[in-house]
Amino acid sequence: MALLTMEGVTQRFGGLTAVDALDFTIEAGSIVAMIGPNGAGKSTAFNLITGIYTPSAGRIAFAGTDITGWATSRIAALGIARTFQNIRLFGFMSAIDNVLTGEHARLHANLVDSLLHTPRQRAEEGAARERALAMLAFVGLEDAVESYARNLAYGVQRRLEIGRALASEPKLLLLDEPAAGMNPSEKRDLVALIRKIRDRGITVFLIEHDMALVMEISERITVLDHGEKIAEGDPAQVRSDPKVIEAYLGSPA
Amino acid sequence: MRLIAPLTARLPPALRTPRAGTALAFAAALALPFIGRNGAFTNFLADAGAFVLLALGLNIVVGFAGLLDLGYAAFFAIGSYSYAMLASPQFGIHLPFWVLLFVASAIAAIFGILLGAPTLRLRGDYLAIVTLGFGEIVPQTFLNLSQWTGGPNGIGSLDQPVLFGYRFGFNPLPYYLMVLGLIALAAWLANNLRTSRLGRAWMAIREDELAAAHMGINTTSTKLAAFAMGASFSGLAGCALASKLQLVSPDQFMFNVSVFVLAMLVLGGMGNIPGVIVGSLILSALERFILPQTTNFMHNVGLNVDLTNSRFLIYGVILVTMMLFRPEGLIPSRQRKAELHAGQADRRAAAAEGELLTEVIH
Repeated sequence: MALLTMEGVTQRFGGLTAVDALDFTIEAGSIVAMIGPNGAGKSTAFNLITGIYTPSAGRIAFAGTDITGWATSRIAALGIARTFQNIRLFGFMSAIDNVLTGEHARLHANLVDSLLHTPRQRAEEGAARERALAMLAFVGLEDAVESYARNLAYGVQRRLEIGRALASEPKLLLLDEPAAGMNPSEKRDLVALIRKIRDRGITVFLIEHDMALVMEISERITVLDHGEKIAEGDPAQVRSDPKVIEAYLGSPA
Repeated sequence: MRLIAPLTARLPPALRTPRAGTALAFAAALALPFIGRNGAFTNFLADAGAFVLLALGLNIVVGFAGLLDLGYAAFFAIGSYSYAMLASPQFGIHLPFWVLLFVASAIAAIFGILLGAPTLRLRGDYLAIVTLGFGEIVPQTFLNLSQWTGGPNGIGSLDQPVLFGYRFGFNPLPYYLMVLGLIALAAWLANNLRTSRLGRAWMAIREDELAAAHMGINTTSTKLAAFAMGASFSGLAGCALASKLQLVSPDQFMFNVSVFVLAMLVLGGMGNIPGVIVGSLILSALERFILPQTTNFMHNVGLNVDLTNSRFLIYGVILVTMMLFRPEGLIPSRQRKAELHAGQADRRAAAAEGELLTEVIH
């Protein structure tokens, strides 16, 4: 079943067409990657899915719902979570508060509950805290519960950002260059973590420049160049596609 | 904090908790007017208490949600005028004070939403400028709608609160006790908000609005909630102070009031409830006691200096000094302190690595 469908999605910035008539489908339960040279429109595609941009043309549907033009917060609440290319944690909030903020859309305390700390609110907060601690353990941050996000090591921040995204119990997780700046051992841990996330039933869609990592974990790969999809398929197909080789290495003289 | 740490360390552990500290502070505040039995002092405490309420409200907007509001006095004005119009001979309406406390804070909250809705799409400096504008518009409106508001003369002869048949009258003591109760309530509510789903959402917006939206936080309604809550606190303050002074007039709500309350937050420690209360008391004391008394003293020793006339100069000097030496305020929150010293730590680290620091880290 298609979890996410993009049909003819186009995004223009003035005279620049960052994404051009993109048709794209993600099957539920898979690990999918999008690759392409710098400036190919990958991050723009992410920003279209999460509602930062409203597409100039085309339609985006998630789990059978048309989400074209929805506000970011509504899309997030529906079940799409993401991480950012440049980590965007809440730097001066503790690791657990970051994860609890990730749970925002799953909590129900309203203004009155928040004001009066009603029994309902206290029960919910207690359960949320338990879940947040479990999530921190899942991403390997059980020793940094009260540390400010900002004070954590780079690789740890990446994992916390994934934990914060997972806390919203998404159906689809978008990872924007999750391996950027990681050393080989951190990358191995990341691959294991992404597989563990998929095993929880969460569909993973990532943008990544590390080809070895992409080829290792992706079931399907889409290649963008100049905003257009130039290839799609499993890793072996994409690797041997002449258009992909041309986009990455340039055309033979 | 460093100064009182050696003192508190001697206390038994049960008395060192924040709860015990709060109870102790409240008991002291309760006892304060009975120690001196000085009417002028109690009068001061009652007025200062209204400003503590204002500071607690503005702290939600600026300290928690990080929205710089330079026109906060507008909501104070709306709260005060709500009471004035509904409990005075102006229209012959005389609703009970205790009902109007809720009504005035609800009206202020509604105006918080009305004024917030078109402006909260703006960020940072732009929001500050627009709120500054609203802060000017509201007292001007009260000034010019003279057929309802009495224009520059304001509205007088406001009803005095009555509690179980006891009329508050002109004695400041009952007003002080009432304001103290309101402060306790406001501080409790503000602290609850801080440690709740909504409080986390405010902090997240303050840190990174885009990331907050990706957590499913509706940033517009969450910011509106901050404006509404902050405004409702100033509605309480407006009601309390108007009933005590039995007079409202536009000049009580000018720009300098907004700045005065903001300065209380900066001095005390933005975002931290005890800090905000202390900052507010210090500035009120400076305004009402310290400057006039020092001026008197100077006159008595033959120096003809009027410090009360140069009070804004003195506040300015205090604020600049704070920004230079203790930007996080006297009693900061852990968060704010880390934030304001992170820049310094980064600079030190950069200097240690011999790097040329070309960008300003804030």
